[in-house]
Amino acid sequence: MSIPLPIVDHPTAARKFVTDDQRSPWHDQALWFVRSKRDKQADTLPEWEYLRSMASAIKTHTIANLGNYLQEFEKNATAQGAVVHWAADAAEHNRIVLQILKEHQTLRIVKSKSMLTEECGLNHFLEDSGIEVVDTDLGERIVQLRGETPSHIVLPAIHIKKEEVGETFHEHLGTDKGASDPKYLTEAARGHLRGKFLSGEVGVTGVNFAIAETGGLVVCTNEGNADLGVSLPRVHIACMGIEKLVPRFRDLAVFTRLLARSATGQPITSYTSHFHGPRDPESELHIVLVDNGRTRLRDSPEFRHALHCIRCGACMNTCPVYRRSGGHSYGATVPGPIGSVLSPTRDPKSYKSLPYACSLCGSCTDVCPVKIPLHHQLLAWRKELVGKGLLPWSKTFSMKAASFMFQRPRLFTFVGKVGRTSLRLLPHWLTHNPMNTWAKTRELPEPPKETFTQWHKRNRT
Amino acid sequence: MSVALFVPCYIDQFYPDVAVATLELLESLGVDVEFPSGQTCCGQPMANTGCNAETAPVARRFVEIFADYDAVVCPSGSCTAMVRHHYAEYFAADDAAFQHVSTRTFELCEYLHDELKVEQMHTSFPHKVSLHQSCHGLRELRLGQSSESRVVRENKVKNVVSLVNDIQWITPERSDECCGFGGTFAVNEPEVSTEMGRARIADHINVGSEVLASADMSCLMHLQGLIRREKSPIKVMHVAQIMMGRPIH
Amino acid sequence: MKPSTSSRRGVLDRLNSQSVDVPPLPDPDASKLIQFDDPFERFKESLALVGGEVHEIEHPSQATSILNRIEAFSSAQRVASVLPAAVKSTVDLAMVDDPHSLASLDWMVASGEFMIAENGAIWVDGSTLPHRVLIFIAQFLAIVVPRDAIVHNMHEAYDRIGAPKPGFGVFVSGPSKTADIEQSLVLGAHGCRKLQVFVTS
Repeated sequence: MSIPLPIVDHPTAARKFVTDDQRSPWHDQALWFVRSKRDKQADTLPEWEYLRSMASAIKTHTIANLGNYLQEFEKNATAQGAVVHWAADAAEHNRIVLQILKEHQTLRIVKSKSMLTEECGLNHFLEDSGIEVVDTDLGERIVQLRGETPSHIVLPAIHIKKEEVGETFHEHLGTDKGASDPKYLTEAARGHLRGKFLSGEVGVTGVNFAIAETGGLVVCTNEGNADLGVSLPRVHIACMGIEKLVPRFRDLAVFTRLLARSATGQPITSYTSHFHGPRDPESELHIVLVDNGRTRLRDSPEFRHALHCIRCGACMNTCPVYRRSGGHSYGATVPGPIGSVLSPTRDPKSYKSLPYACSLCGSCTDVCPVKIPLHHQLLAWRKELVGKGLLPWSKTFSMKAASFMFQRPRLFTFVGKVGRTSLRLLPHWLTHNPMNTWAKTRELPEPPKETFTQWHKRNRT
Repeated sequence: MSVALFVPCYIDQFYPDVAVATLELLESLGVDVEFPSGQTCCGQPMANTGCNAETAPVARRFVEIFADYDAVVCPSGSCTAMVRHHYAEYFAADDAAFQHVSTRTFELCEYLHDELKVEQMHTSFPHKVSLHQSCHGLRELRLGQSSESRVVRENKVKNVVSLVNDIQWITPERSDECCGFGGTFAVNEPEVSTEMGRARIADHINVGSEVLASADMSCLMHLQGLIRREKSPIKVMHVAQIMMGRPIH
Repeated sequence: MKPSTSSRRGVLDRLNSQSVDVPPLPDPDASKLIQFDDPFERFKESLALVGGEVHEIEHPSQATSILNRIEAFSSAQRVASVLPAAVKSTVDLAMVDDPHSLASLDWMVASGEFMIAENGAIWVDGSTLPHRVLIFIAQFLAIVVPRDAIVHNMHEAYDRIGAPKPGFGVFVSGPSKTADIEQSLVLGAHGCRKLQVFVTS
């Protein structure tokens, strides 16, 4: 039995961030800038939409045939000397990683960005076993030093201001007090992490793509941290969700063209590293394949496409709700639109507010490089949640009442008349009272003297 | 050809002039428009909350009321998208009345653009206007090309409204960001909704627009609520009112 | 450590218990993929965009004189090179057993297999590197690549690599970089601070 997760109420969790007029517009602007860079990159390729269709078709094919591709991958990776492990869930993944570390009497690991290890809570698990875990991606190191979690899957520290980074680095890395120049702070982190790289005993990475045909792995970074982390120690542990597979080596072309363009508006990441087998006969490459709910997600025709996700974060950058409420308001490893689809599959009750943290604008669906119909899936989740009886009674009741009224035009006319008349006659303080959520920040419409139906009766019949 | 006007519930109750302008506009283009009695709502508020059981009877009622018309025209992209793209689960796939109504319900500008193929208008609206593109009009009905998409599409709303004489378009910096209305989202997430709305209004004001126009009155109801509360220097108008050359009020 | 087999069986059983229609695996239609009138011009633009510098030279040996104009090179203590014809090593790579001893490496001169016009990337085959850490640990990186070794896009790039050899290969596009602090781009995150590309005709 896993411990029940706390219930995330997105509107409440978002309130502090969204009403902070220093932070919310700043955060919005930073992510809009990334979204705009993505648009410019999409413009450079006349085949952009064609690539999206290709990526979607490749993923649909792969997920359908996942069992076979996993076995093909395992066979080829093993033939090259890698050790392939299978984990049913997060706990097993963590146990496997710990076991490998114990066998090597490891005290220190360096880790590059992996949303999977975040999902599994690997850091805390290993730290509880006395192992020092150093996140080497700059953004992840910042949140790690601050005792936080990433608020974005590609830009982990996007919610933190440079002055705050400066304070954190002053405290932990001894940078000058008050210093907040990103160049200076990055240089300080470089120096600090060089030491960590050199003393890292095992390198842990995530995986962007795994290739069934060759048994290889692809890891994409801009900082070069994954490569430094696994090129010094003799042991490389690569942790991946089972959905990360592509069938063939050449399929990587489609995804490496889309990934960085969608994620950060770069034509490709600085380093796109391809690992086939361990570094040399004295080295080890362990690949941990993790299910943790993915096979269950695959069973659902409604949500299966969510397994297409290549974790680019474009849906977050474009989401007007995410940009204004910040990633932590989702209370989940993966925030934003894709997170709001994935999180309720883990626990519908805990994450029931996330599918409603969405205005159904559809921008995520259009931006997604692998064509996940995100806003349709969020809508589908709402139906599931209602079906499971997880919507509060007040909301289902108001919808039942509305439905009752809309089936009875005379009642609709009557209710409308009462509403408009009271709006006209009652004092403003009463119609715009604090119980009226709409009216906290907005005026109600000015009630007209007659409805269109009345006008039509007078003028056209 | 028989053409029915569908007036969304909130327009009937709160914005009758939008419906009057729509009717007058269609009539001025020679369309004989009927307004079937008994119509209320397309069911979207219930559907978007996830309440299928409550949506079904409202959707079925809608199809019954409009089944006998050759076309249904609606001055809302969002309600039209509901009928066209989200009714399937409430009907048998081979239900002829459902098939007919869902494929023959048009958003007003779309109807002018694709069906009537309007090429000129004699009205005038000599003002600086900026377009707020409703998300459902844009990304569900595809009335234009969204800024994310690289599928080239004409902007049907802008094309038809541009036929009005003397109109001066102003383009906001973010061409198609959501206003934050989102139906029940506006009250489920009031703070986020408000922030989104304020940002849209500021963008339109900053580029010098006098009138924030949209083909969806629901977005405008939310934006107008904020504008009136904050006494912001901009007005909202539905595109039907602009096409009929209504004065700014 | 030996993997256990029960979870493997469980995952595969769950996948096989739910059969899903398998649509065909598509192949991109080459006629729909971008081609450039002058791919090398495009490569230079792309590389500039990602923060790299291109030098066109006739002979590899010209690389050293160009690098000597860069202060960080002329004052460098430790230079590793896999292309002695271009730049001489001051580090005897054959003597390096433990990659950790490369920590103080100032420069690395590597050999690139080919360039990609659309994104300014260069394919570096790991088998050309005595230690793969060389191109990541050096403070500065130079890659020498032949002028005629160029493809338009990533599809052609993967086709050109063909079946990957066991080991390592990397597309390098510009110096290492980060924008993790307020989206301010800083070159020189953990890998090289700058990237010089020498294109030999």
